[in-house]
Amino acid sequence: MPHRTFLVFIAPSILAMVLFITLPILSVIVQSLFVQHEAVLITVENCTPFGCEKETRVDHAAMQALREERPLGQFAGFANYLNRNHLAVDEIGAILSNNQGFGDTLSRIFNLPFYRALSFTLLYCFVVTPLAMALGFAVALAVNTLPRLMKGPVIFFSLLPMIITPLVGSLILSWMFNPSGILGASLQSLTGDPGLSLRASPIMTWIVLLVYGIWTNGPFSFVVFYAGLQTVPQDTMESARIDGANRWEVTRFVIIPHLAPLATFVALVQLMDNFRVFEPIVGFSAEANATSLSWLVFNDLVGQDAQLFGSAASTSVITIAGVLILLAPVLLRTWRDFNRKAA
Amino acid sequence: MKMTKTFAASAAALFAASAAFADCGIQGAGSVRILSNDFEALRIVNDVAMSCATDQVKVTANATAEHKNIQGPALTVNPAEYTVAVVANNSIVPLLNDGLIRPLDDLVAKYGASLQPNQLIKIDGKVMAIAFMGNGQHMFYRKDVLEKAGVAVPTSYEEVLTAAQAIKDAGLMEYPLAASNKPGWDLAAEFVNMYLGTGDEFFAPGSAELAIDNDNGRKVLETMRAMTVYMHPDYLTYDANELNKLWDANSVAIMTQWGSLAGAAIDPTKANPEVIAGTGFAAAPTIGGGSVPAAALWWDGFTIAANISDEDAEASFQAMVKGISPETVAANADVATWLVAGFEPGPTAVGVIGNASGGARAYPMQPYMGLLHTALSAELADFIAGKEDADQALADVKAAYDAAAKEAGFLK
Repeated sequence: MPHRTFLVFIAPSILAMVLFITLPILSVIVQSLFVQHEAVLITVENCTPFGCEKETRVDHAAMQALREERPLGQFAGFANYLNRNHLAVDEIGAILSNNQGFGDTLSRIFNLPFYRALSFTLLYCFVVTPLAMALGFAVALAVNTLPRLMKGPVIFFSLLPMIITPLVGSLILSWMFNPSGILGASLQSLTGDPGLSLRASPIMTWIVLLVYGIWTNGPFSFVVFYAGLQTVPQDTMESARIDGANRWEVTRFVIIPHLAPLATFVALVQLMDNFRVFEPIVGFSAEANATSLSWLVFNDLVGQDAQLFGSAASTSVITIAGVLILLAPVLLRTWRDFNRKAA
Repeated sequence: MKMTKTFAASAAALFAASAAFADCGIQGAGSVRILSNDFEALRIVNDVAMSCATDQVKVTANATAEHKNIQGPALTVNPAEYTVAVVANNSIVPLLNDGLIRPLDDLVAKYGASLQPNQLIKIDGKVMAIAFMGNGQHMFYRKDVLEKAGVAVPTSYEEVLTAAQAIKDAGLMEYPLAASNKPGWDLAAEFVNMYLGTGDEFFAPGSAELAIDNDNGRKVLETMRAMTVYMHPDYLTYDANELNKLWDANSVAIMTQWGSLAGAAIDPTKANPEVIAGTGFAAAPTIGGGSVPAAALWWDGFTIAANISDEDAEASFQAMVKGISPETVAANADVATWLVAGFEPGPTAVGVIGNASGGARAYPMQPYMGLLHTALSAELADFIAGKEDADQALADVKAAYDAAAKEAGFLK
């Protein structure tokens, strides 16, 4: 294809990507470097149905003038990134220079909101991604052996976890795990422990969230692997069988190598998705025991009465950086493969 | 069942509306666009205001739980998306900070004959909002359970703890207490309520410097944690709506819960009859020998946007005054604790009125209170879960608040 034709073809996509991806990300990055103007405070008398009180409030006219002068607020450099609610550089420094051993260091670091969120986010990524892929692959292998007539309905049912909106799915499961819900009550009677609650202890909450993650992410791997299974060359399979390979050996030495590039693709997409874990935390009301980076952004923006745009923007930029770091090894490998093939 | 109730309520509202329709008589023309939270009392006010629509006056209303998140942007544009924003103590603050609502003194003088002086919310001498209902968290208790356990209705949190022990010892209930301890807005509100009850201030006078790291702060946290001993192990996942379900399931004997949810707890068409028979309401308990109920007082009221034409403002004010008129209130007396002339408090208003007459303090309106609420909502979780001590929790709250207040320009 001549370069000119190629450019004409790709121009609309590039324009859309710049408009809807690059510009918003740039705006978030700019936002993250600013904090709001120093508030001009005045003391006034407020009277409500419950009496009068002297209270402080913001001098609106003075703020208006400041904002017109510099609409973005005060430039703060990386202050938003380094403060206690994000990377907490000073606090980490203090903890590292003065602590009572490794356990103390760790527990004090995980007491900081960002590191607590990061630890669960990473755990979720690295537990859910491989297990969901394994589950998807197993289901794909199983479905592939079914007679043609049953495949349609079974595929439909296997896809259900993906079809259900994540928030709704997690809410439904959360109610089922409630001590008076069907799963919660059954577990209590099975274990004979009437006080057993999956939502009370941090470990149990984490396990429930991880299991939910595997359940909801499995179908995506299943669909991709199932499509991949249809392309496995039948003559290779046949010759393997003639050579006396059993089912496990065929899977291990023919199917898995054939699907390996697909697995890279699935891992990429799933890692990206899982790094942004958010809905199950809200759905399971698990904020006390598990938070994620996306939840921090949510809490800054819509949790309460005051919105912290700079703080939310810096968490978002850190999330993007995190995704890039996670994907780097896979991207590098793909790049190397590509070059090798080209050469 | 719910349908019937909604139907009855809207029928009542319509009745009030049609009774009022003849003399709704809005002077002038204009457009009235209302933004409010979404609960029954506000829906009734909106419906009555909407009944004032004529050929010259258009009235629309959007009742949504997301109102706090859309009011800022919606009132910033010129002309504003909404002419009326229905707010409470906390949600008026961002509007005041950004100058998005207008003073109402002229309108009150012209059209506010039916308003009472205590309905006028005055900021720096100017009327900025018209309050029409009060709300707050107060005590729900089970007369029958307390009687069986042989304890009197508690009036302080110390007595609540003794009563809980007595109920548990008598084998009446395994987990007699409940509170909305879900990390987030609810958990922070529990702390704010109790801290207000100690009589102490949240901030150093005249500044945004946090001042809760004191004995009262520790006392509040210790009380909150002491209560969790008598709560279901899932207490960290309960918010206010969930509490009402526990109450209805006959599994809780004492809890602090919103006055606006009292009606639902004893609604004969929906609630458990055994629970209804035993349920009583009272002012919130005091704490640590304090003399005032440990709960924040809240008001709901309406404000008029700054960025709209004067005609729209006049029409909006008149429609809202009609919406909260004594006739509306008389037709819907049991829906809320109205602050309107002629309101006869029913059984569900006992708690909120008890709080107010006991001298409870209003939820603070400082511009940085929202930041403290956010810091409390995330940082108290570990303490309530029993993972850290009170000193650590207060230090965490202060650190989180300081970082946020610096970003928002309140601290250097």
